[in-house]
Amino acid sequence: MTNSIAEKRRQQEDEDDEEDGDLEGWGERNYTDERSWEALQEDESGLLRPIDNKAMYHAQYRRRLRSLSAASNSHRIQKGLIRFLYIVLDLSRAASVMDFRPSRMAVVAKNAEAFIREFFDQNPLSQIALVTIKDGVAHSLTELGGSPESHIKALMAKLECSGDSSLQNALDHVHEYLDQIPSYGHREVLILYSALTSCDPGDIMETIQKCKKSKIRCSVIGLSAEMFICKHLCQETGGLYSVALDESHFKDLILEHAPPPPAIAEFAIANLIKMGFPQRAAEGSISICSCHKESKVGEGYICPRCKARVCELPTECCICGLTLVSSPHLARSYHHLFPIAPFDEVKPSCHNEPHLKSQKTCFGCQQSLVNPGNKPSLHVACPNCKQYFCLDCDIYIHESLHNCPGSQILGSTDKAVEQSLDHTNRANLHALKKDVQKEFKDHMHHMDCNFCNDMYFHYGCTPNL
Amino acid sequence: MTSVPSKRYSDDVSLVVVLLDTNPFFWTASSSLSFSQFLSHVLAFVNSILLLNQLNQVVVIATGYNTCDYIYDSSMDASQSSEKGRMPSVYSNLLQKLEEFMIKDEKLGKEQSQRAIASSLLSGSLSMALCYIQRVFRSGPLHPQPRILCLQGSSDGPEQYVAVMNAIFSAQRSMVPIDSCYVGANNSAFLQQASYITGGVYVKPQHLDGLFQYLTTVFATDLHSRSFIRLPRPAGVDFRASCFCHKTTIDMGYICSVCLSIFCKHHKKCSTCGSVFGQAQSDTSSASDHKRKAPET
Ligand SMILES: [Zn+2]
Ligand SMILES: [Zn+2]
Ligand SMILES: [Zn+2]
Ligand SMILES: [Zn+2]
Ligand SMILES: [Zn+2]
Ligand SMILES: [Zn+2]
Ligand SMILES: [Zn+2]
Repeated sequence: MTNSIAEKRRQQEDEDDEEDGDLEGWGERNYTDERSWEALQEDESGLLRPIDNKAMYHAQYRRRLRSLSAASNSHRIQKGLIRFLYIVLDLSRAASVMDFRPSRMAVVAKNAEAFIREFFDQNPLSQIALVTIKDGVAHSLTELGGSPESHIKALMAKLECSGDSSLQNALDHVHEYLDQIPSYGHREVLILYSALTSCDPGDIMETIQKCKKSKIRCSVIGLSAEMFICKHLCQETGGLYSVALDESHFKDLILEHAPPPPAIAEFAIANLIKMGFPQRAAEGSISICSCHKESKVGEGYICPRCKARVCELPTECCICGLTLVSSPHLARSYHHLFPIAPFDEVKPSCHNEPHLKSQKTCFGCQQSLVNPGNKPSLHVACPNCKQYFCLDCDIYIHESLHNCPGSQILGSTDKAVEQSLDHTNRANLHALKKDVQKEFKDHMHHMDCNFCNDMYFHYGCTPNL
Repeated sequence: MTSVPSKRYSDDVSLVVVLLDTNPFFWTASSSLSFSQFLSHVLAFVNSILLLNQLNQVVVIATGYNTCDYIYDSSMDASQSSEKGRMPSVYSNLLQKLEEFMIKDEKLGKEQSQRAIASSLLSGSLSMALCYIQRVFRSGPLHPQPRILCLQGSSDGPEQYVAVMNAIFSAQRSMVPIDSCYVGANNSAFLQQASYITGGVYVKPQHLDGLFQYLTTVFATDLHSRSFIRLPRPAGVDFRASCFCHKTTIDMGYICSVCLSIFCKHHKKCSTCGSVFGQAQSDTSSASDHKRKAPET
């Protein structure tokens, strides 16, 4: 059990880190590990020493961080975060080819599932719809919606392929829906195309121009070979075209579409959208949900405007039409908005400054910042709070945590309130200190049960848990 | 590179990082439970966790109103056993560090008195606890299932909303449950969300003089044994957000479509990303025949 949790945790962390190597990288690393002589270098005095891998790794990471923050500073805010994406799955005869194992169709479905989950994690308010092409005709598999589970269920339920593929029919079908999306949304199509042909009823160039006019960004991932018409479509509409070499490449390509594309200003108009943040109903409470018209026990959310009950978030209230989201959903993307500044490296010479000399441990994790030979190891300082951190904490703070443990939040209070508080401040602290000292003196050696006055506490006596 | 197979520890080993609220403005105002009573409950609880299993580890972080700091780490404490008739070292070490901490906290409070002081720096101590837990993960498989316990009394500081949420999501990704015991007057929306999202337990004790019993019955059991115990179930979680303009808690609001900032009323321009908002949305989405209704402004 323990193992499986640790394993899962490692996987999650890996997913966090976008630059993690896949299986191939593993093999390579094993191989280089055997060449142990390469991990040695000569120092000034001619002695062989192991290369300081940690410092090198850290230097690499810092370079990445810097380029990332430079990129995000230029257009970090222009991230159109509300996307309406149609995923088109080619389920023509070509999808049954077995150059991907077990078949193209199975590989597409498997990776589409991973993509859908990742997509909603990164774009909490966006919506997806699924469309299939079969026998030359495009069909909607699911309507636009924000619940990953319902899409995945529909996708897995209907996996069979036949007939020809038709790019034009698919685009026409999708265009009809996407054209009606409100103007704050980004319209996108992602086509997973297995076939090498397209059997179209009319002039596909007209359809492409129509999509371009409606500002629909079309991207295609091919599974066989590059096709001119797909390339043309992506170029015209500003999308990406790529062809997968094998399954892991396909996975990389499809996951590239999960983070929001840099929004070009003309593609979406900024807007304020009214939304509600429903409270979760108490478990065990019974009421009728407005979405399925069934009575349900627990597990529901209550619309703050009309008090109707819905089963899932995000959704639109069926009674009053308010868009309902959970605030944690939104909060997942806030670290993009308030990135923390990269930490500065501390040169060992700065260590002599008297006021900083006292800090010998990492502020975050308490790890000692002094190497065994009393030589200060490489560490970093936060430019805001001036606290020192070890390299591991630096990476963790910038890549996963997204806040600095030492940085104080400077809110603004009324001047008057502040002054009155300042007075009571002293008295309060004094009282507390006396409390602590009292603890020193008359410490209790045992605890009485507060509920039956017995010498020891009883589990059974604890009321109302 | 294969490491020596490490010693296998049983599943019921706990590492608990306790976040202790020391906000003087809360504790002197609180009538039902004094800080010294609170401390004696918590100290007995900490000691009982340490006695449950000799491999158990407890780290205590004090959450002040200006700063937070480590005040106790049982792994640094060599002599855990109490000498005859004397106070266990857990208590003396912890209490001394706590006093030092509170003096430091006050000093910082004077230096920069513009902070809203009604709330404690929960985001700071949560982040610190997570950094510590990452270090434990790095150092090997000794404590595979650490957890965080927030003992909080002061109310939420809405200005910490983003930071607290960031910490919660990071805890969720590393599968660290955040348990919380809230001794203040109203429920804490931050802690409710933290426990709900990370799979921890949220308790608001009804009888504060029995705090020790709540702590031991709910929070002393390790995560493995927890699956066999009937724990208190969440009684509704407050998913309200706080607006970016006034930092007040709202249940309905406006969201910038570019950056998802939350505002309590209609603005002309987004203060976070600077986008200028177009006309009311109900005018632009004219496609009335479509199934999707436009959320009105
Ligand atoms: Zn329902
Ligand atoms: Zn409603
Ligand atoms: Zn550290
Ligand atoms: Zn900082
Ligand atoms: Zn009893
Ligand atoms: Zn506001
Ligand atoms: Zn904005």
